[in-house]
Parts: sequence; C-alpha cells; structure tokens
Amino acid sequence: MSNLAEPSDRQAWLSTLAQAPADRLIALCQSAGVTAAHSVLRAPEIGTVMVRGRAGAVGAAFNLGEMTVTRASVRLNESGAVGHGYVQGRSHEAATYAALVDALCQTDQGSVLIASVITPLREEKAAREGARAARAAGTKVEFFTMVRGE
Amino acid sequence: MYVAVKGGERAIDAAHEWLADERRGATDVAELSIPQIREQLRLAVNRVMAEGSLYDPDLAALAIKQARGDMIEAIFLIRAYRTTLPRFGVSAPIDTGAMRCDRRISATFKDLPGGQILGPTFDYTHRLLDFALMAEEGAGATPAVAEAAGAARAAGGAEATALPHVAEYLDREGLLQPEPEDNTPPRDLTREPLDFPADRPLKLQALARGDEGFVLSMAYSTQRGYARNHPFVGELRIGRVAVSMDIPELGFAIDLGEITVSECETVNQFTGSKTEPPKFTRGYGLVFGQSERKAISMALVDRALRWEELGEDDVGAPAQDAEFVLSHSDNVQATGFLEHIKLPHYVDFQSELELIRRLRAEAMMASTGPQEAAE
Repeated sequence: MSNLAEPSDRQAWLSTLAQAPADRLIALCQSAGVTAAHSVLRAPEIGTVMVRGRAGAVGAAFNLGEMTVTRASVRLNESGAVGHGYVQGRSHEAATYAALVDALCQTDQGSVLIASVITPLREEKAAREGARAARAAGTKVEFFTMVRGE
Repeated sequence: MYVAVKGGERAIDAAHEWLADERRGATDVAELSIPQIREQLRLAVNRVMAEGSLYDPDLAALAIKQARGDMIEAIFLIRAYRTTLPRFGVSAPIDTGAMRCDRRISATFKDLPGGQILGPTFDYTHRLLDFALMAEEGAGATPAVAEAAGAARAAGGAEATALPHVAEYLDREGLLQPEPEDNTPPRDLTREPLDFPADRPLKLQALARGDEGFVLSMAYSTQRGYARNHPFVGELRIGRVAVSMDIPELGFAIDLGEITVSECETVNQFTGSKTEPPKFTRGYGLVFGQSERKAISMALVDRALRWEELGEDDVGAPAQDAEFVLSHSDNVQATGFLEHIKLPHYVDFQSELELIRRLRAEAMMASTGPQEAAE
C-alpha cells in the first residue's frame, strides 16, 4: 500500500463518488476498467440516512426526512486495501464500484483512477453547477420601489 | 369496531387486474416512463418525496405512476417502502447558508447582497393555458429555451457562490429573535409515536412531512385573522445542499449526496409580551424539493405554534393548537383512518341495526300506550 492517501483526499474522492449520478459512475468505471480481485466485506445494501435541518437555519436540529443511500465494502486480495462505497440512491453496482475505486485509490493505482474516474466526475459536476449558476444569474432582478404620488 | 371478513378473493383479483389495466389507460397511447415522470412532473415528484419523507426522485416517480397520479396513494407507497429499509445513520444538519441557489428572493429587502434571483418560477406568468404544449410535435427544446441555455453555457464559469441568509442582517442589529444553535438529538416521529407536549424540532418534522393542503390552510387561517402573526417572507431560497454524515468505519464525514430543498424564513412583527421586548420573530419552513408554497406555509404555522415560547396570548385559534395541528397534518394517517370506514363493518352495523330496531319498538310502545289508554 504505497501512496497511502491523506484522509482529506480520501474524504474528497468518497464525496465525489457518493454524489455522482449512478449511471456516470458505472460508465466511467467500466471504461476505465475498474476491476480487481477482491473479497466482499459488506454486500451492497440499500438503506436510508435521516437528513437533519436546523430551526431558523441555525438553531435547534430537527429531522427533515430520509434519503436513500447504498453502501458496500470490499478488500483487495493483492494489497489488502479496504474500500468503502457510499452512494446516494439505490444502485448496488454504483456502490460496489465506489468501494472498489476507494480501495484502488489507496494503492499505487490511485493516481490513474483519480485521473480516469474522480477528476471527470468532479469536472462534470462543476460544469452542471456552472450551467445552473449561469442560468440562475440570468434571472437576477432589480426591483424598484415606486414613489407614491403626492 | 372492525370484525374481519373472509372470502372475495376472486373478486379482489379481478378488481386488481382491472386496476392495472386502468392504470395503463388506452394502449394506443405511449406508456409513461419513470424518467419522464421524474423530469417532467418534477413538482409532483417533489411533493411525494416531501410528504413521503424519503428523498429519492426515481422512487417517487414510480409511486406516482403506480398510484395513477393519486398523490396521497403515492405518498403512502413511499412511506411503506421506507419502513423496509435499514437506517444507516443521521446526517449533520444541512447547511442551507451554503446552498447553491436556483431561486432566492426576499420580500423585505430590495437590495440584499447576492441579489434577488427569480429562478424557474410560476410567478409573473399569466396563468394562461399554453396550447403549444399540447401540440405533439412540440417535443424538444423551444428556440427561446435553447437560446437561453446556450447563453448560460457561454457565460460558462458562473460560480455558484454561497449567499448569506437575510436573517443575518437583522440579527446583527439585534432586532431579530436569536435562534441559538442546539445539537440535542431531536425526537423522531418515525421512531416514536407523536406525544405531547411537542417541542419545536418535533413540530418542524411533522410540518415538513405534513399534507401540503392542510399546512397551507392552517397558514392561510393565520393570515385571515385566526392568530394573525404579520409575516414577511424575509427570504425564500431553493437550491441544492450537500448531505454530510460521519461514517464510523472511516472515522470522518463524507458528503453522501446532494438534495434540493426549499427554505422559507419569515420575519414576523412582534410588539412584545410580558416576557419579551418588541422585536422581530421568526418562522421557519424547510421542505424537500422545489416546494415553496409548502415552505412558506410551514413557516407561518411554525410561527403560530410558537405563541407559548414567546409569551403571546392563546387566542384559541386552530393554528396555535399544537395537538390539533400535529395530530391532523399527516395525510397517510388521516387517509388510513378515514378510508377504513368503507371496509366491511357488517357485524358492527348488524348490532347497530338491532339496537335501533329495539329502541324504535320501545319508543313506539311508549307512544302508542297512552293513546290507547285515552280512548
């Protein structure tokens, strides 16, 4: 296990994997040939996470509602690296790929996978966000208060 | 009292088979796909997610399809499905201050930093039916839409910057009732039955998953004078926020996903009470998806329910009565109890029938008795 990643790096790629659209994650993993002999530590499992908000945005925490999440964990046979995949939604396949990518990113294949899977996902997300932000900016208005007639 | 009945299996099977055919409708019309519902009936999907209390657009779209567009039935399906899933944990409270806003308006400040962003709104439309949408060849983007999207792409690198909450400005002047941070694990309606007195976090959870029509009507009643609370929409924002959770096996938090929420903060006039000086007070609404009517309604009802904590008078208005509001806001619960009365109550009714017959016979006897005596 050379190139052992910093926790903050790992946090970043796991967040990218979790938020990626399942079909894009799967497609990128397939085209990047993400595969490795591994044992399954936790078979893909669909569950929920209770999402909390705060009263008045900053006050007391309250339960807003749940969201679906799928998780899976693997251990690579060769390096013994353990990968945890968490993805929003209900795709077993995406969760398994996320776990494999997480494990492989901790090995010497890390930089290759960052370039072929993580970076494209990150860029696509930024592009989507940028397009929406531009669209929102186009609807920015100035309201003028009319002076009432004397 | 409901007494179980047996039989009718064949009739029930036939009814369900017919239901499936009716759901499909005329077979010479193309079947709706889940992505079509998810993308093109998004506000319906949002409502099912909010009141089903489960954020998953595909599942909500499926529920709408299966329920033939009956929203409460769809919400019921989502609630039922949710109970089959294990819960992995709870998120950190979402940071709506970091929201990437599609829409962000204030009715109190014209020139708020970051600006007023209308977003994809029905406001300022003329509410005229657009028959162009009925023309089947209308598939694909209209030129205006394509142009706007193109311009947006050209503008490209527009950064989604975080916009400060409007409330922060009033807060700085000390004119606004503060909202102290409190990380006490909130009570959870999905884990324990509703119990009174309910604290504010429990009320907010109930309102967030409450029936939009009910919450709207309660909010409207306060505007019409039943516990009027003089609300201004300090801020309404809709956009995407990350959901972050600590993962025990990792030992740190990751962003598990991204959800769209609508948030409304009202600023309410408050002339002071025995315990509180005059200042502005707040109501809060937070709802899954783009659901601004619900978010504003929730904020008004939240504010009305806070009368006790602010030392206001109980004027006996329905929207002030937490027990009334919270016990009747859930449409799945309400539907369950309401609709059960259509199921066979034969034994029950038989006993009622016998009772009425007996009472009538006794009444008849009593009234005919004296007449005979008079003759």
